[in-house]
Amino acid sequence: MTLSKKPPGLLHATWLLVRKDLLLEWRTRARANALFFFALATLLLFSFALGPDTTILQRAAGGTLWLAILLASVLALGESFRVEQENAALDGLRLAPADARALFLAKAVSNGVLLLLLGAGILPVLGALAGLTLAQRIVINSPVATFALTGSAAMALVLVLGCLAIAAPGTVYAAIASNARARDVLLPLLLFPLLIPALVAAAKATALALEGDPMLQFGSWLGLLASFDLIYWSLGFALFPLVVED
Amino acid sequence: MSNALELTDVSKRYGPRWALARLTLQLREGASLLLTGHNGSGKTTLLRILATAFRPTTGLVRLFGRDAVAERESLRPRIGLLGHTSFLYEDLTARENCALLARLAGRSAAEARAVLDRVGLGARADQPVRTFSAGMKKRVAIARLLLKQPELALLDEPFGALDPAGIAEMEEHIRSLTSSGATVVLATHQVAHGLTLCTERLHLVEGRAAPP
Repeated sequence: MTLSKKPPGLLHATWLLVRKDLLLEWRTRARANALFFFALATLLLFSFALGPDTTILQRAAGGTLWLAILLASVLALGESFRVEQENAALDGLRLAPADARALFLAKAVSNGVLLLLLGAGILPVLGALAGLTLAQRIVINSPVATFALTGSAAMALVLVLGCLAIAAPGTVYAAIASNARARDVLLPLLLFPLLIPALVAAAKATALALEGDPMLQFGSWLGLLASFDLIYWSLGFALFPLVVED
Repeated sequence: MSNALELTDVSKRYGPRWALARLTLQLREGASLLLTGHNGSGKTTLLRILATAFRPTTGLVRLFGRDAVAERESLRPRIGLLGHTSFLYEDLTARENCALLARLAGRSAAEARAVLDRVGLGARADQPVRTFSAGMKKRVAIARLLLKQPELALLDEPFGALDPAGIAEMEEHIRSLTSSGATVVLATHQVAHGLTLCTERLHLVEGRAAPP
């Protein structure tokens, strides 16, 4: 009998699984395209609902962007576990054996990357609809140091932290909902209330990155968003094994 | 020789129904057990408990002398399960599916390629599993099992979806597992095939051991 070789560590296993998830996304990119057009349609509907006045659109831009990403995320998160349910592939990974924490990290990272690409894709469309430009310079006044970012760097930071805030709890709840009959209804019911504070922070920080930040509030909102990321990812890391094991 | 598996009063309940009821069983290392019984008799549930995919509702399961619930993470590399479902990603190729398992199990991608050759899929290794017939998917699933070189091989209806040549090859794979010292538990409705491959038999009726 050949003895088993040493299985990969947590980070290596996570990398193997992220690569698998991104490869699957690439192979089934029609799904990602559908997601993009869904988010785009949401943006257009919001802009029609708010009317032709670009001032109102500009004031609501932060909230509009994050609602479009959030609504699209429900489809993306649900789909990411549908692939795992087909042929019980997730069971196969658990028994391989893949560390359940690596399964969480990989799925949350790949969901986060997908949402980030989605956000980056629809942001220019929102800019065109509302006649928005990014702020020239954003100053972050932290207790440690004061430093300045360009508007695009500030926006990129908000997008990354905001998408990570959706991805971690979204992954845990999508795994829970994937075993339920009413999975399509259950996921937003579980996810949306939990994400309200993070989305408020993301929407506020987005508005400041777009309109400028004369009162130096951007750093506080970004810090709040980063704190929610830390909490969501820590809880997801700890709780996900309980979700996927019998 | 010590026991590969020991079950003491093991029960499993799904809602109000008991799929297994106070089952006690021992199997020594290297032995092969044929599981028979009608649909719903508890064969698949038993195999999934042995695979550490399910926890028993009550009772104790020990595999290679270790608690199968508390120490499942350390036991899983030693166990291979060929189930009703293939565990495959349809949009990955056969090679990618096996390479992923190989790397997670601490084996090399080259071993994955070799095992696909062994099950007769070397030429189709780079095609998506979605394009495969049910029999070919079963072969990839067998490749996944062989890749792990399990000390405990759990086979749930391994002959399903296979043509006569595939069945003969499957019998050969099972014989190679037993000759390499693996403990084999085989659940099948094809009792004649099973009896030629296994040294012991357990017949289940409504989750309990019963005379065949």
